[in-house]
Amino acid sequence: MSEGLTTACYIVASILFILSLGGLSDQEKARRGNIYGIIGMLLAVGATLFAASVGNYTLIISMMVAGAIIGAILAARVKMTAMPELVAMLHSFVGLAAVLVGFATFLDTSHILTGAEKTIHDVEIYLGILIGAVTFTGSVIAFGKLNGMIGGKPLMLPGRHFLNLLILLACIYLGYNFIQTGSQTSLIIMTALALVFGIHMVAAIGGADMPVVISMLNSYSGWAAAATGFMLGNDLLIVVGALVGSSGAILSIIMCRAMNRKFISVILGGFGTPKKSSGGGGSGPAAEQGEAVAITGEETAELLKNAKSLVVVPGYGMAVAQAQQTVAAMTQKLRDQGVDVKFAIHPVAGRMPGHMNVLLAEAKLPYDIVLEMDEINDDFPETDVVMVIGANDIVNPSAETEPESPIAGMPVLQVWNAKDVIVLKRSMATGYAGVENPLFFKDNTRMLFGDAKASIDAVVKAL
Amino acid sequence: MKIGIPKEIRSGEKRVAGSPKLVAKLLKLGFDVSVETQAGVSANVSDQDWIDAGAEIIGSADDLWDQSDIIIKVNPPETDEATLLTEGKTLISFFWPAQNEELLKSIEKQGANVLSMDCVPRISRAQKLDALSSMANIAGYRAVIEAGNNFGHFFTGQITAAGKVPPAKVLVIGAGVAGLSAIGTASSLGAIVRAFDTRPEVADQVKSMGGEFIYPDIEEDGTGEGGYAKVMTKEFIEAEMALFAEQAKEIDIIITTALIPGRPAPKLITEEMVKSMKAGGVVVDLAAEQGGNCELTEPGQLVKKHGVTLIGYTDLPSRMSGQSSELYANNIGHLFDELCPEKNGVIDINFDDEVIRGTTVIKEGQITWPPPKLSVAPPAAKKEEPPAPVEAEPKPDKGWGNLIGILIVAGAILGMGAVAPTSFMGHFTVFVLACFVGWQVIWNVSAALHTPLMSVTNAISSIIVLGAILQIGSSNQIITILAAIAILITTVNIVGGFLVTHRMLDMFRKG
Repeated sequence: MSEGLTTACYIVASILFILSLGGLSDQEKARRGNIYGIIGMLLAVGATLFAASVGNYTLIISMMVAGAIIGAILAARVKMTAMPELVAMLHSFVGLAAVLVGFATFLDTSHILTGAEKTIHDVEIYLGILIGAVTFTGSVIAFGKLNGMIGGKPLMLPGRHFLNLLILLACIYLGYNFIQTGSQTSLIIMTALALVFGIHMVAAIGGADMPVVISMLNSYSGWAAAATGFMLGNDLLIVVGALVGSSGAILSIIMCRAMNRKFISVILGGFGTPKKSSGGGGSGPAAEQGEAVAITGEETAELLKNAKSLVVVPGYGMAVAQAQQTVAAMTQKLRDQGVDVKFAIHPVAGRMPGHMNVLLAEAKLPYDIVLEMDEINDDFPETDVVMVIGANDIVNPSAETEPESPIAGMPVLQVWNAKDVIVLKRSMATGYAGVENPLFFKDNTRMLFGDAKASIDAVVKAL
Repeated sequence: MKIGIPKEIRSGEKRVAGSPKLVAKLLKLGFDVSVETQAGVSANVSDQDWIDAGAEIIGSADDLWDQSDIIIKVNPPETDEATLLTEGKTLISFFWPAQNEELLKSIEKQGANVLSMDCVPRISRAQKLDALSSMANIAGYRAVIEAGNNFGHFFTGQITAAGKVPPAKVLVIGAGVAGLSAIGTASSLGAIVRAFDTRPEVADQVKSMGGEFIYPDIEEDGTGEGGYAKVMTKEFIEAEMALFAEQAKEIDIIITTALIPGRPAPKLITEEMVKSMKAGGVVVDLAAEQGGNCELTEPGQLVKKHGVTLIGYTDLPSRMSGQSSELYANNIGHLFDELCPEKNGVIDINFDDEVIRGTTVIKEGQITWPPPKLSVAPPAAKKEEPPAPVEAEPKPDKGWGNLIGILIVAGAILGMGAVAPTSFMGHFTVFVLACFVGWQVIWNVSAALHTPLMSVTNAISSIIVLGAILQIGSSNQIITILAAIAILITTVNIVGGFLVTHRMLDMFRKG
């Protein structure tokens, strides 16, 4: 295949990828968008396979077939509640691939470059490997945290900012050294440092910030692809990398806004550790707290039967308990009885952007009753019952009332404005942010303790 | 701040700009409320009801205006009232600034604020304070009731021992809020309802209210700005008139609601059509105030011509003063939610809020009407991006910060261009453009699809596989091994990513 034809295929593929992302603007067109993406990928890979300089087809094909089988099995087996883990794992693959391709390019001595071109090429290799390595280990740690293999608590090494700074300076120095001398040792040491940095960075971020971390790693995996594109002089890689990079960046911004946090403070980590200094001022929230009143499944059913409108606020607890099907069954029953059921999704509910929407969709809940925070927040005063399923910080009124609170200023779902609020929870423990929730002690709040799935099962039976 | 609700002084007006519920809400927001004595009597709210809700009753209108910081009214102020609106006071009422320009100018000089309830922008967020819709809804309902009152037959068809009664046939022209309300009311009484509108996309709304949508056989979309209708071409008007003429022969009741903002009502029902109607038929002209859709309508009057009753009342909402006062009060209550987000009893006429910006016609003695145009297409109203909460830096600084940022970036690019080879700059161009495209495209992604977005971006970022494919043929054994591993894991990623996205998207369905 001539180079012109290959480039033409790449252009078409780029357009298809853009259409693919554009298609996600609404649920109706999204499926077509995904098909565009697949066609784009087939076209790009196909065109590359037929390019003149490619050899060793047996190895390529066998690797691809093996990869495709593994990928298909993963995709078919994964539970929707485990989506964040899968995404984190796939991110790590992109990072690792960027590192491998970077090293391969470095070792490839068939093109001899000189002067500015060589410098730029070296910088590209260096950056590609750096970003790839950080993405790789960062994603592996994120995977571990989401999977529960590594605890969700942020890792607080003493002098961690100093440590990060040290790694950064070392990387700059090694980079300078690498470009000057082309030293392989510099490259390898830098890779090792970047791997450590990736681990340290994500380990220092608390579980509640996972949506930001996942979006950020998504962004990094894109930048890694873009850097690889520069390294290979391949525009398609650059385009795709830039698309994915900005996509991840936007998601990170959206998530940070939803938590009213500065991006940089999320990255620096350490969120959710109780403030030790504020020990003396215990007069505020603690004094106001009364007693949380428990309620049974039957009583909940009674309340729901008499309600005209119900808003369900799902959180990570629903995902953990795998309760989405039961919730859907309850919704169906209530809708049949004429109750107006809606779902309110906080942007950071769950462990990755859009996590709750996917779970509810899996349970076949129609997406037009699933609303975003801004769409539904004003409706709470007219709502009879709100059911909070395994969510905590996103319904915490102290975000609005306590300027001292670590979550102060974070937009929250104002569920307490409804007539009655039922909170499904396993215990009185705090959420990821480690903040007491005054909602539980409000007069119109009832606590339904226990596993979310078992609790809702009891409600459905009594309906 | 103190809020005052005076008695409406326009003759025949029965509404009052408040309800005990509103009083309770305003007290909760931190305001004091006083009400002129007897203000709510014609809407069946006694002075005692106001007192029970926590308001203070004031004996005279002058005292009320004098003591209040904010005045809530239904109708635009009459000349006497306008003079009472002194500096620093705020008036909230229907104002119709386009029709009342002189009044607007005279109040401007007095240094007051005026928020006009008819100027609430037509955007989703502002729906709950859209008093025009509330009133139109009532007018549409009442139009059917008035028609029924003057129509000598049943609405619903019946088969009785005495014989068969056919159902009444109702034609509603204009399926706006009033039209839809009329359709719903008439069809729930059992009539056969047909409806016409120049905007074909309202067909589904008509059907959902129980009506049948009729439309001339001609292609033209009448959707204008802000969801209102626009002026149609001559051909279209001829076709629609032919349709009405044909319908008039078999229709018992015609309810017209056709209005184009800022113009006299279009004449749609001619004298000929009225003549062709069955004796005993009724025409209710909701556009009577703007001249009427029917040639024979007499605004404000009920007349009988050619055996057909023509109703041109212009005060339908006021004829249901209880309901309309209650809904108007609710709209006002929602406006106060916007005006007083701090719940501290002080209003903030914040021009960064587009709802408040649009509603305000005079601010601190300066006419601010008409507001700058918002370009929002009605059916696919774009979501605003979530507002950034609690911004630390003051706004003007940020603009400069942006500019400086741009200058630095531009400088950096220039510096790079000076040393980098051409081939690199070519790739760099592609990179920058792709970042911009990505930025534009991704903001439109619906929040519900963020997870599929991540999995699909994941799949396509594995485009790195191309690099590995190009390297695998190398003679260097290590390169081949590295490339082979890279191909393996990226293919896992590509296939896994696309398939899992597909699986997720399949689950999203509309109920």
